[in-house]
Amino acid sequence: MFSYIFKRSLYAVFTAFIATVFVFSLLKMIPGDPIRAMATPAAKQEDIERLRVKWGFNQPPPVQYIRWLTRTIQGDLGDSVRMRVPISQVLWPRYLNTLRLTVLSMLIAVFVGVSVGVAASISRGSKFDTITMTAGVVGFSIPPFWLGLILILVFSVQLGWFPAGNGDSWRHIVLPAVSLGVASMGLIARLTRSSMLEVLNTDYIRNARAKGLGERRILLLHALKNASIPVVTIVGLQFGVLMAGAVVTEVIFTWPGIGWLLVNGILNRDFPVVQATLLVVSITFIIVNLIVDAIYVLLDPRVRFER
Amino acid sequence: MVGCLIVLIYLFIAGLGPSLAPYDPYKQNLELKLEGSSWSNPLGRDELGRDLLSRILAGGRLTLGISAAAALLGLTVGVSLGAISGFFGGRIDAAIMAGINVMLGFPDLLIALAIISVLGTGASNLVLAIGLAAIPSFARLVRASVLSIRDEYFVDAATAMGFSARRIVLRHILPNVLAPLLVHTTYMVAAAILIASGLSFLGLGVQPPASEWGVMLSRGRDYFRVAPHVVTTPGLAIAIAVLGINLFGDGLRDIFDPKLNRS
Repeated sequence: MFSYIFKRSLYAVFTAFIATVFVFSLLKMIPGDPIRAMATPAAKQEDIERLRVKWGFNQPPPVQYIRWLTRTIQGDLGDSVRMRVPISQVLWPRYLNTLRLTVLSMLIAVFVGVSVGVAASISRGSKFDTITMTAGVVGFSIPPFWLGLILILVFSVQLGWFPAGNGDSWRHIVLPAVSLGVASMGLIARLTRSSMLEVLNTDYIRNARAKGLGERRILLLHALKNASIPVVTIVGLQFGVLMAGAVVTEVIFTWPGIGWLLVNGILNRDFPVVQATLLVVSITFIIVNLIVDAIYVLLDPRVRFER
Repeated sequence: MVGCLIVLIYLFIAGLGPSLAPYDPYKQNLELKLEGSSWSNPLGRDELGRDLLSRILAGGRLTLGISAAAALLGLTVGVSLGAISGFFGGRIDAAIMAGINVMLGFPDLLIALAIISVLGTGASNLVLAIGLAAIPSFARLVRASVLSIRDEYFVDAATAMGFSARRIVLRHILPNVLAPLLVHTTYMVAAAILIASGLSFLGLGVQPPASEWGVMLSRGRDYFRVAPHVVTTPGLAIAIAVLGINLFGDGLRDIFDPKLNRS
C-alpha cells in the first residue's frame, strides 16, 4: 500500500517537473524576442539589454531554467510586466477565490450527480431515469459560459434572487458555481448510473440480498462503495476541467479569480503572469490527482497489491 | 436518430449557410440596433444592427469548420503516435506514452490556453491549439486498441508474409480500430466546439467582426441585460450542435458495440 502511494508520489514529482519545464519553455517558444515583445515599442536598445540581463536571458536555457525554478520554489514568481507588481501578491488571493469556486461547484456536481445517478439506477427504465439521463447529456452539451449568461438573465435580472457580480456574501458564489458545475453533474450522474447498474448485477449484491440485509444498507454500503471507483476517477479529472473552465466562468461573473489574470495576461502578452498562472493551476491538478490515487487505495483493496 | 438529424441540419448550414442568409451578415444598421424579433428579422438584430439570423447561418461554417479541423488534426497525429507506440512497443512506446500521459493529466482547455498564449489569437491558431490538445486521447485509444489485436493470428500472418510495418499497421490493424475511433472523433468534435466557442468568447480565438458563434456571444455580453436575444440564439446554436453530435456519438457507439449499451 505504501509502496503504491510512494510510486504515485514519485510520478507526481515527475509530472510536476515536466510541467515546470513546459511552462518555462513557453517563454522560449514565443516567436521573436520575448524581451522585445514585453517591452514597450519605444524602449531603447540599452533598456532592452538591461532587461535581458535582469531576466538572465543572456545565459544558456538550462541555467535559466534552474534559476527560474529556484526563484519559483522560493515563492518569487517574478513581476508582472504590465501591472508592475510582484505576481505572488496578486496571484494568491485570486488563486484562493478560484479554488473556492472550483471546490464548491465540484461538491454540488458530486452531490447532485451521485444522488441522481443512484436514484436512476434503482428505477431503471422509469420516467425519472429517462428524464434525468437526457438532462445529463443536455447538461454537458450546453456551453458553460452561455449557461452563465442565461442564469444571470433569469435569476439575477428577472427574479433578482442572486447577484451576478462579485462580492463576499454566499449569494454571489451560487450562480457561478452552478453554471460551472452543471456539465460535470451530467457526466457524474450518467457514470454513477451505469456503474451502479453493473455492480447491482454482481453475485455479492445477490448474496447481500440473500442474507436479508436491508435494501438501503445494500445500496449505500455494498453497491455504492464499489460503484464509486470509476466515479472517483472522473471526479479527479473533472476537478481539472472545472478549474480550467473557471477561467471562462470567472470572466462572465467578474469573479476575482485567476481566470481574469490568465486571459488578460495572454491578451496583453504579460508572459510572467501567464507562466505563473499556468504553473499554479498545473501543480494543483497534480496534487488533486495524487489525492485521488490515495482514495483509490481506500476504496479498492486490489490496488494495494498492484506492483 | 435525433442526433443524426441534428448533425445533418448543421452540416447543411455549414455547407450552404452563407448563401441561405437573407441579408449580408456584416451590413450594419445602427438605427435598428438591438431590435427584437420581427417579420423581416426573425431573430432580431445585434448591437450594430446586423441581422442575427444571417450572422448565425454565416457563422456556422466557421465554428463547425474550426472544430472539425481541430478534431481531424488531433486524429491524424494522435492515431499515428498511438499506432507507432502500440505496434513497436519498447522504448519508442515508453517515450511517446510518457509524454501522452503527462498531457492527459491536464484538461484540454488548459493545454489549448497555454498554446494560444504562445501562438496568439486567430482562427488558424485556434485549430492548432485545440488539435494539439486533442492528440493524447486519440493516441491512448489507438494504442490500447492496437495492443489488443497486435498478437492476433492475422497480424502474425501479415508479418510472416514479409509486409512492412507501415503496411501492416495501415492495412491490417487500423481498419480494426475504426469503430471506436469514429465514436471518439464525434465526441471530440463536440468538445472542440465548446472549447473553440469558449476561447472565441474570451477574445482568445476568432476575432470580431467575424460572425463566429462564440464571438457573437462575447459581443452580445455587454447588451444582453437589455436585449437578451443577442445571446440566446448564438448560444442555442452551439448547445444544439454539441447535443446533436453527442447524441450522434451515442448512437454510433450503440451500433458498433451493442455490449456497451448501458448508459
